[in-house]
Amino acid sequence: MKKYLAAVASLLLFTASAGAADNVKIGFITTLSGPAGIIGKHMKDASELALSMLGGKVGGVPAQIVYGDDQQKPDIGRQVADEMLTRDKVDFLTGVIWSNVLLAIYQPVIQSGTLLISANAGPHEIAGEKCAPNFFSASWQNDQTPEAMGKFMDDQKMSDVYLIAPDYAAGRDMMSGFKRFFKGKVVAETYAKFGQSDYQVEISQIRDANPKAVFAFLPGGMGIQFVKQYAQAGMREKIPLYSAFTVDETTLPAIGDAAEGNYEVGFWSPDLDNPRNKEFVGAFRQKYNYWPSYYAAQSFDAIAMIDRAAAAVKGDLADKKGMIAALEKADFPSVRGKFKYNTNHFPIENFYLLRIVKDPDGGYVRKTEKTVFADHADAYVGECKMQH
Amino acid sequence: MIYAIEQVLNGVQFGVMLFLMAAGLTLIFGIMNLINLAHGSLYMIGAYVAAGVFSATGSFFLGLAAALTAAVLVGIAIEIIVFRTLYERDHLDQVLATFGLILFFNEMVRILWGSTALYMPVPSFLSGRVELLPGIPYPAYRVAIIAVGLAIALLLYLVIARTRIGMLIRAGASNRVMLGALGTNVTLLYTLVFALGSALAALAGVMAGPIFTVESGMGESVLILAFVVIVIGGIGSIRGAFIAALLVGVVDATGRAFLRPFLTIFMGGSAAAKFGPALASMLIYILMAAVLFVRPQGLFPPRGL
Repeated sequence: MKKYLAAVASLLLFTASAGAADNVKIGFITTLSGPAGIIGKHMKDASELALSMLGGKVGGVPAQIVYGDDQQKPDIGRQVADEMLTRDKVDFLTGVIWSNVLLAIYQPVIQSGTLLISANAGPHEIAGEKCAPNFFSASWQNDQTPEAMGKFMDDQKMSDVYLIAPDYAAGRDMMSGFKRFFKGKVVAETYAKFGQSDYQVEISQIRDANPKAVFAFLPGGMGIQFVKQYAQAGMREKIPLYSAFTVDETTLPAIGDAAEGNYEVGFWSPDLDNPRNKEFVGAFRQKYNYWPSYYAAQSFDAIAMIDRAAAAVKGDLADKKGMIAALEKADFPSVRGKFKYNTNHFPIENFYLLRIVKDPDGGYVRKTEKTVFADHADAYVGECKMQH
Repeated sequence: MIYAIEQVLNGVQFGVMLFLMAAGLTLIFGIMNLINLAHGSLYMIGAYVAAGVFSATGSFFLGLAAALTAAVLVGIAIEIIVFRTLYERDHLDQVLATFGLILFFNEMVRILWGSTALYMPVPSFLSGRVELLPGIPYPAYRVAIIAVGLAIALLLYLVIARTRIGMLIRAGASNRVMLGALGTNVTLLYTLVFALGSALAALAGVMAGPIFTVESGMGESVLILAFVVIVIGGIGSIRGAFIAALLVGVVDATGRAFLRPFLTIFMGGSAAAKFGPALASMLIYILMAAVLFVRPQGLFPPRGL
């Protein structure tokens, strides 16, 4: 009897998976070398954790993740993407930290029909006129996060704010996002060199301008340096520093107490109260023994999305339409809780005010203070004419 | 006016920082005729060892001593293992080999310390601020960097101009074959110079640790500026490196501070906001091109080269 049941079961399994792939390949582009390698580590650790929690399968089909290092350069990212499409024949492409890398790989991946899921970058071009059915964001559109800080500081009736960002496309996007919701006076906007290490000149400029507050977007090592030097110059006690994508779980170990009590904004933080997030943060900390960042959370979600898409078409990965329709429902378990997809495949989601606090182990972590935006859509969706 | 002086001071401070890095590089390049791209790795090793020992023992000076020792040992090891076979080869081979060393050391620190940037605080006795200019509290640590840089410049000047070993170093720079023929152990001399260069790089790394980010690959961005400095100053000249470092520091700082308001006068605010930062970041390379155009050998080429 047992034997008979097993035979029927395997027969059923066989018919169910007719046309199904026997192996799923996921291309994962991130930065694994150089100073930004820490971001890549967060993303790689999280995606590996996600796959292992799924038993090494997506949609019931054994899966493997192929990692590629873009070295933080658009041209290298493009090469890696081409190799993944032609040599590895990946079924999904995800990862991608940098907006300029995403823009460089975007056209060839979209034209190949492969499902592209950004686990970080969200340049406005892709949310607007270049939107495509086989692209999904597991994160946000660039402007959305600084918009939340603009809103919060505007609600506080702040004025005389000084803005500082690196001189590259995302830096200018972030500042325009901030200004979209901040109606008070902006004293000055300074653009430092991308990758700059010494900010004493800019700090002197800020002291000379004497604003009431500073808003900074300086991701990665730039943020570590700016925040430390700002505190060393004695500015921290005088002019409060607000930031986005600057003080986070990748940079806090090196910033130390120079950012305690600072405000940040984001769609997610490790303490976000929902069962899926508790499961993720708990498993992540147990396996790797450090705090996951939003980069990790987004990568974890990207793998969950791929699982849901592959499951919806029962492993028949040629059915792109079926997978896209499944993803548009946004019903996979997300660490951010429930959210919706907009018509341009960017999330309509909450954004929170976060505060840097001490964790029990003596390190620092971002803690949710309050919701700034509930179900916040991006500003470019109107420019998107989705061609299905 | 005080603001302008403050920005020049920022430039001087940045220049002194660059000098610490460039001094070792120019010694090795000028005297041993070796392009050592791995100089930035020794800077990184200095910063990592100092950060590690400082956080373990709580003593900045123990960290400093450990960093210098480690960098000198690593420097001597790579000089013996890698560079001795490279002296007779052309510069391209040296660039390739030392670029390989960069990759090796970047991965090495990642294996040893992980890929998260390390935290290195300012030592508590230098954590305050000094009022150098009225109403402008300046971080004491940055004042200390200026003092250390000036002391090193003076010390190097005295060693090279006034001591026997300095004389041999200068002789080696002029004609190493003749120096060897006169009975000096040039191999040993080179190892010594390389150890000195490594110690200077490590010192720069230790001083940079509390201000910059202690992370894998931290040496490369400084290395490019250090090369600019030694090319402007004249390769092999400590005096040239010192003056060029100050020049680069001040031009960079004042460019970042004043170029945009200056351009606003001519082209309006929005164009200046776009063009100013771009031009400011190119300024030191424009300076280098201009110097090379007028004096291809640099400002202060060492005599006899």
